[in-house]
Amino acid sequence: MALRSTDILTQTPQGLYCPLGDFHIDPVRPVKRALITHGHSDHARSGHRSVMATRETLRIMGVRYGEDFAGSTQEATLRESLQVGDVTVRFTPAGHVLGSAQVSIEAGGTRVVVSGDYKRAEDPTCMPYEVVPCDVFITEATFGLPVFRHPDTRGEVRKLLDSVALFPERAHIVGAYALGKAQRVMALLREEGYDQPIYLHGAMERLTELYKSEGIPLGETPKVVASERGKLAGAIVICPPSSIQDLWSRRFPDPVTCFASGWMRVRARARQKGVELPLVISDHSDWDDLCRTIRETGASEVWVTHGQEDALVHWCTTHGIKARPLHMLGYGDEGEAEEAAHPPLEGEGRERSERGGVETPPSESVGANHPTSALRADPPPQGEDEKGEVETP
Amino acid sequence: MNRFAALLDRLGYEPRRNAKLRLLVDYFRHTSDPDRGYALAAMTGALMFKEAKPGLIRGLVEERTDPELFRMSYHYVGDLAETVALIWPTPGHESVAPASDIPAIGHNNPPPHVPTLTEVIETLATTGKSDLPARVAGWMDALDETGRWALIKLITRELRVGVSARLAKTAVAQLGQIEPDEVELVWHGLEAPYEDLFAWVEGRGEKPESGNPAPFRPSMLSHPLEDEDFAKLEASEFLAEWKWDGIRLQAAAGHDSDGRPVRRIYSRTGEDVSRAFPDLVEALDFEGAIDGELLIVREGRVQTFNVLQQRLNRKAVTPKLIAEFPAHLRVYDILFEGEEDLRALHFAERRRRLEVLVSKLNDPRIDLSPMVPFKTWEDLAAARADPASVGAGPDADAIEGCMVKRANSPYLPGRPKGYWYKWKRDPYLVDAVMMYGQRGHGKRSSFYSDYTFGVWRDGPGGEELVPVGKAYHGFTDEELVKLDRYVRNHTVKRFGPVREVEYGKDKGLVLEVAFEGLQRSTRHKSGVAMRFPRINRIRWDKPAAEADRIETLEKILERGEQEVHPLKDQGAKRQGKRKEA
Repeated sequence: MALRSTDILTQTPQGLYCPLGDFHIDPVRPVKRALITHGHSDHARSGHRSVMATRETLRIMGVRYGEDFAGSTQEATLRESLQVGDVTVRFTPAGHVLGSAQVSIEAGGTRVVVSGDYKRAEDPTCMPYEVVPCDVFITEATFGLPVFRHPDTRGEVRKLLDSVALFPERAHIVGAYALGKAQRVMALLREEGYDQPIYLHGAMERLTELYKSEGIPLGETPKVVASERGKLAGAIVICPPSSIQDLWSRRFPDPVTCFASGWMRVRARARQKGVELPLVISDHSDWDDLCRTIRETGASEVWVTHGQEDALVHWCTTHGIKARPLHMLGYGDEGEAEEAAHPPLEGEGRERSERGGVETPPSESVGANHPTSALRADPPPQGEDEKGEVETP
Repeated sequence: MNRFAALLDRLGYEPRRNAKLRLLVDYFRHTSDPDRGYALAAMTGALMFKEAKPGLIRGLVEERTDPELFRMSYHYVGDLAETVALIWPTPGHESVAPASDIPAIGHNNPPPHVPTLTEVIETLATTGKSDLPARVAGWMDALDETGRWALIKLITRELRVGVSARLAKTAVAQLGQIEPDEVELVWHGLEAPYEDLFAWVEGRGEKPESGNPAPFRPSMLSHPLEDEDFAKLEASEFLAEWKWDGIRLQAAAGHDSDGRPVRRIYSRTGEDVSRAFPDLVEALDFEGAIDGELLIVREGRVQTFNVLQQRLNRKAVTPKLIAEFPAHLRVYDILFEGEEDLRALHFAERRRRLEVLVSKLNDPRIDLSPMVPFKTWEDLAAARADPASVGAGPDADAIEGCMVKRANSPYLPGRPKGYWYKWKRDPYLVDAVMMYGQRGHGKRSSFYSDYTFGVWRDGPGGEELVPVGKAYHGFTDEELVKLDRYVRNHTVKRFGPVREVEYGKDKGLVLEVAFEGLQRSTRHKSGVAMRFPRINRIRWDKPAAEADRIETLEKILERGEQEVHPLKDQGAKRQGKRKEA
């Protein structure tokens, strides 16, 4: 007889937990054994006793937290089955960022797939998503509303290049998450034939080097020298989202503020951030792809971890698929829902869950000096994301 | 349609005028006729088709989407046009359809035809009400998200992308080496899609004839008069008149080729606003063009700007509105008399011609702005300080200073140097405490440059600060850097782009705020709204406890409220006030 899905996977304050294998997936607090789907700081945290992840994800964590980010590490080979405790575990590409993988857990004839964050759109910087048929599919819903339809990325990149051509005396400052989005934007620009140097904020540099060392061609990507900013008329500069509104970006010649994110689909969100050239480029699935993926897995049950859960649960239910929202705290697009990404304090998690869906709208991304950063159980990812952003006039 | 949609999309985010201009010029240069002409018509409000109601759009989307998903989406996006544009299910995107309606996968239908802007406009002009929904749905199926958004904006006539008619015409002028005013002069004789206009500015065709017997001529504008200017100006070479706190208008009248009278009223920027002032249009029984100020006059007395505002921006101009807010034109210049161009004459000479015209008109709705006699700048300063003492009488409250004009000045378009000056009365000043800082836009988007400030009042728990206004200019760039740092270093709370700063009896930053007037407002907690507030000085030295109290503003308000109220309820209101007092 098949096991019940909850025997294979349950929800704990640390995150999703597999009792039969005694491990957590993407835990938000230090645990004994963690399986990590990808390197974004809300999924990959430091301080676990042992970590299993793809080789690329382990490298990314090493760059972000230092080589001693976990007691021990184990590399997971894609598509290879591994016995962990009483379950069989397998990592499969998720198409989200370099190294991202879904984790499938099988025991007693039941298969549960934890997709982490994923997308179906083409991305030259990572392996494409592979559908894993399963009984229970655990999905995110960052863009889980039917208004989120991501357009073809080529059109968005053309918009940027057209603007560069029309305003050659201005610098185009593109806000993009340091891991994944930044490198994808660079790769897309190269695909469209842009061969000028693409300038990088300091916070982008090491992860971009890592991508290049993995054999992803990104062309010439010099770091911006503070004193040279005034000379970068006509250049494209990529920086963390928090820097597009920072004084850092104002030293460039008459900067055009751009932001590459799925949130840019909604005008009011773009305006709130003061964006002048929104680029709808997302590393998450849009509504159609969320629905399509759920169908293709053939799952009879869906759990929705975080994001706009209600609409997706509604869709599943009306299409005869059992679904429930997990209202998980601590996850959100890196930087975008940083407040939501803080690990819940004792008691807080339960309280909020009972209240029902904690919305994680794209809040203002915040630097290390944000008042609530004191609430973090873990130190924020040092250096890479925050360094160099805090600048006073 | 896609190029037009991309243009609107980009314009909607662009705060800078010059960048907007560049985007427009680029669009006009790379878009062919007649599409670009219809785009120009859309942006100048010259399109003639009956707008679609939001209800039509809503009805269409409700047929096609799961109501619960639509409700959640609308709640999240907050804008109907945008929600519909984004959620619209197109082939391949059926996951928003009600569950029972999922079509079989795969079909052999040809891809839908993406309409051009011209097709959309021409179809709208000829399609009857009953066919409209099907037409719109067909276009929606063919367009992408941005295209659908632009289509809805276009057909509901809610473009709102921050482009004035003047800016669009300036962009057309820049296609060639033509002054925007030249486009303005021929504009009113032209019709969409303006192929003759584009041919002319691109040097491919003759200049179009202005078929408008009552065209707009660009207005002459003034410079502010600064204290140091007086030493350089000789008082005897100037004439002065009151500066009225109204709306600048140009009234033009003539006859068309059939001899029928054509009468038009234009705003300072050349927008035809005749429809808003039928009572004034009726009074334009002359030939030529005159320049003056729109005021509301009740019982022979000019009302304050607050009263005038209640007449503006109304969609329906009802007889009741006209009776309660009778429009009046107080004139101070004449540009044309009949076919005769008077603009090269001296101001003093034009004034004599104007006086004759106004006396011949003999209409109470149009009168002359009186001259202010003076010999020395000291005389004029005294008049400006107390207009009632030099004959302004009960109209003194509607006077916001003096206009000082060189007696020999011609009437020149734009803001030429050295001819006309405005010498505004001193603003009101109040010391207020900074409460919130908000990030600015464009060049200031990294700076906390918009400040909300408050004054003291008695609250339930003792004295408290109540916000009375928000200002985002008046300071220098150096001061901005300091204010920005102050906000960052004294933040107590954040709300998106807004930061609340420290304030209280013993902490907080005092801002000396200058403003032009006050108005009662139900939208503001304090019940008052300021006109043109700006930061006059930063009082780093002043303790917050010594900032002003709300009573200071109440006094100013009471002075401005000694206006004549609309005829009907005049007695009742006045009595009510006395009783309260």
